[in-house]
Amino acid sequence: MEEIERPEMTRPVGETAGEIYRVAGPVVTATGIHPRMYDVVEVGHEKLMGEVIKIVEEKTIIQVYEDTSGVKPGEPVRDTKASLVVELGPGLLGTIYDGIQRPLKVLTETMGDFILRGVSAPGISREKRWGFTPTVAVGDTVQGGTIIGKVQETTYTEHRVLCPPKMSGKVAAIGEGEFTVTDTVCTLDNGQKISMMQKWPVRVPRPSVEKLMPSIPLVTGQRVLDMFFPVAKGGTAAIPGGFGTGKTVTEHQLAKWCDSEIVVYIGCGERGNEMTEVLTDFPKLEDPKTGAPLMERTVLIANTSNMPVAAREASVYTGITIAEYYRDMGYDVALMADSTSRWAEAMREISSRLEEMPGEEGYPAYLSSRLSEFYERAGRVKTLSGAEGSVSVVGAVSPPGGDFSEPVTQGTLRITKVFWALDTRLRERRHFPSINWLTSYSLYNRTLSDWFVENVSPHWSELREWSMAILQREAELQEIVQLVGSDALPEDEQLTLEVARMIREFFLQQNAFHSVDTFAPLERQYELLATIKRFSDLAKKALSLEVTYQELADMDSITLLGKMKYEEDFAGEHKKVTDKMDEEFRQKEVIS
Amino acid sequence: MEKTEWVGYGELVEIVLPDGTRKRGQVLDTSKDIVVVQVFEGTAGIDRSSSVKFLGETVKLNVSKDMLGRVLSGSGEPLDGGPPVIPEKRIEILGAAINPFSRAPPEEFIQTGISTIDGMNTLVRGQKLPIFSGSGLPHNEIALQIARQAKVLGEEEEEFAVVFVAMGITHEEAQYFMRDFERTGALKRAVLFLNLADDPAVERLITPRMGLTAAEYLAYEQDYHILVILTDLTNYCEALRQIGAAREEVPGRRGYPGYMYTDLATMYERAGRIHGKKGSITQIPIISMPDDDITHPIPDLSAYITEGQLVVSRELHRKGIYPPIDISPSLSRLMDAGIGAEQTREDHKQVSDQCYAAYAEGKDLRGLVAIVGKEALSGRDRKLLDFADVFEAKFVRQGREEDREILRTLGISWEMLAALDERMLTKIDRVTLEKYYPKRQEGEDGQGVQGD
Repeated sequence: MEEIERPEMTRPVGETAGEIYRVAGPVVTATGIHPRMYDVVEVGHEKLMGEVIKIVEEKTIIQVYEDTSGVKPGEPVRDTKASLVVELGPGLLGTIYDGIQRPLKVLTETMGDFILRGVSAPGISREKRWGFTPTVAVGDTVQGGTIIGKVQETTYTEHRVLCPPKMSGKVAAIGEGEFTVTDTVCTLDNGQKISMMQKWPVRVPRPSVEKLMPSIPLVTGQRVLDMFFPVAKGGTAAIPGGFGTGKTVTEHQLAKWCDSEIVVYIGCGERGNEMTEVLTDFPKLEDPKTGAPLMERTVLIANTSNMPVAAREASVYTGITIAEYYRDMGYDVALMADSTSRWAEAMREISSRLEEMPGEEGYPAYLSSRLSEFYERAGRVKTLSGAEGSVSVVGAVSPPGGDFSEPVTQGTLRITKVFWALDTRLRERRHFPSINWLTSYSLYNRTLSDWFVENVSPHWSELREWSMAILQREAELQEIVQLVGSDALPEDEQLTLEVARMIREFFLQQNAFHSVDTFAPLERQYELLATIKRFSDLAKKALSLEVTYQELADMDSITLLGKMKYEEDFAGEHKKVTDKMDEEFRQKEVIS
Repeated sequence: MEKTEWVGYGELVEIVLPDGTRKRGQVLDTSKDIVVVQVFEGTAGIDRSSSVKFLGETVKLNVSKDMLGRVLSGSGEPLDGGPPVIPEKRIEILGAAINPFSRAPPEEFIQTGISTIDGMNTLVRGQKLPIFSGSGLPHNEIALQIARQAKVLGEEEEEFAVVFVAMGITHEEAQYFMRDFERTGALKRAVLFLNLADDPAVERLITPRMGLTAAEYLAYEQDYHILVILTDLTNYCEALRQIGAAREEVPGRRGYPGYMYTDLATMYERAGRIHGKKGSITQIPIISMPDDDITHPIPDLSAYITEGQLVVSRELHRKGIYPPIDISPSLSRLMDAGIGAEQTREDHKQVSDQCYAAYAEGKDLRGLVAIVGKEALSGRDRKLLDFADVFEAKFVRQGREEDREILRTLGISWEMLAALDERMLTKIDRVTLEKYYPKRQEGEDGQGVQGD
């Protein structure tokens, strides 16, 4: 690793070379070096990358990001005197990295289809030239976070080049034109040089002026989420669920359709094929807002389950640092971490190799503080340049046996504001997304109501409360139905059940693989639910006019209503359904 | 063991007992003072005077194209009386992770001829789809039927070469597999690695990696499409726990080591396809769930890594239905990639979703019927109840040698759906209904086979 700038650091030059004392899986003990905690070290003849995680007297304990088979005691260890950093600059978007920001595409070119050891590659290309347009002039005062220029990174995304947080001064010279990321584009009067690339230690949150209250929803186009359990821009959400309940599909759906400007997707200890799917799908899909391929707004971090455990531990930090960097440019960033349980397990594995005293279920005692530190890096902030930006974090949790009482789920729920509970029973009846509407919650419902009322419909909150009440009522009625059958219920209760069924099947269920249904704009969501409510209101009136329940249940407009969400021409279909419904109710003399 | 010179982590060790017996082991922990070695063949007979030799390399397997047709032991030695495999290459069995960027998405439909798999939980080439079963259930028969019938449809139907890995199974079970392979002539296109119940537990940890190394060589260097059958992962995990306990590690859930997820992942993730390579590896691991408990750590962790699971049900088995695959808890995550107009037929996804929903509802109603009787049900509920019964009798049930084509499977689905009202088919869109719903097609055969 070449020299890395270390802001505010002057320290005595210590020994940089030592040797390995012990190797136990990914944990290596070295002697003879005197690094700081979290310094990056090169281990062995193959220069495997590692990070200092513990210092005991003369011994330094290192977690190694690569496989350590064949590494022997006595091999050299070199302290790079720098902590684990990510490289930030144009070229991040559209790239797939491993947990320590090695670009996987470059790795295939240098070492083939399998990930071998001891190969390093810079996070962003040193050769590529970018067109830089300055936004400050000579004589302007700049400080950390000031936007000094722009680069068109992808078709629709403008990369704002920031003055690194710890620099400030007057601009002495500024360039314009084509540069590589390491070229100096700006010189300050105190001699400090700024290039388009900066480095930032992953474990340290990037600074901002202040945190703002989240008040704008992250619109996801997923009906159950937007209508019932919305997450705010800058908010945090957890999706716990047993295997097969659709954590990954939900995360993918969010990454595809949420209305943030940048998406960072971390595949942490999950399946290789899932990352492949993202890699194949995203370039083909269009951003609903801009029409550009989704890949152009996405950064992927892929540290699959069979890749080294220590790099998995680092991957979430790498991801969130990149997210913060785009936030600092004034963008809304959404970060998906799938799955945080694998991250926690990586911590557990390393902790147990360190022979630390285990906490609950063998997880280290610091598990919940690590989780909190991570989720606290989310938020809507006023950036150093005065703009507003946000990082929303959606973390999947994979509880063993689907049991939500385990430490990772519980630790996560204490911090996150939105809880999307995935339910195995719903999955078994192919109710997707299998988000349980009775146990999930969103603490943003209140703060975001105003936005929905103002931007979608004045009846938004009312409609939500109405449908939630129906679903609650259904749950109560179901208990009776289990005992006596639905025919034994009074007609108005049967109608409640039918309306609840319509809400579940027509509204809550959404087919992620259907070209139209996969993304539902807010207006459509509202209209669909409002039409169901309209049916319910009229049907209630009909019952009071001696129309039987069976006649209502047999109405053709119900069938039509059920298919409405699949139609490309939603407005036309909506009219057809409403007309049909009116006609049928007119026949029954409910309306005139 | 205290040591003389410095030894690499994961290095192979040879121990020679005073009586001349050789045992092999592997370095688990190495430092300047002490080396911890795990012995594959069990520590019986090792004493202080045994000599220890560090071989300076990690565990490797001799691979060659001629491996096909061979029966090898759990550590790669011939068991069939034949000569040792003449190596074309020696490969480390640990294997490296496939770079996610190099992976090609699995998307080629594999027809297994079993309706519950093809129709409802489609297997695709490069997928890892385990069978979750219990003791006494016919998982081995199902695995064999898949191995026998699996093919990729197309201009020329392509068959698979099989790598069969046995971990801790009994002689009898091993015989059963071998006989079936011989009976059907599949042995010619198969290589068997057998670690039996009375072989040392530690060897169980390397057997599947031997098998997968052979599979990778055959797939990525010899262009074979490989089907890897691993049985039984439960025995493997027991061995892992045994070793973990011996190493005095902090145990995780139910005493299994905390790294079991990662350890299993290093095997399951070796399934897949690679851009630019002709071959592929499809994995069917078999896991017998202790006490049929799907939340047990072994099936639980596995299902978090594999791309779905096929669950064998004791209830269906008791009803005498073969193959007793219960679709409700089963899942194939890659199904959507492998079906549709180009692979099977355009209506496949919707039909399967609809059958799933109707079957689930029908099954729920069985509980209700027991209380209130069938007469108390509404017409809609009665139809769903019947659907569930017909589904099990016609769709799930099939012959042990019956190789049902996918179009036949879809045809049966539509026949069953025809008994439901059109309005109950909420998962099927208008266009598809018009094309395939038998009631919409007066005069036609009503099986919906005319598409494609």
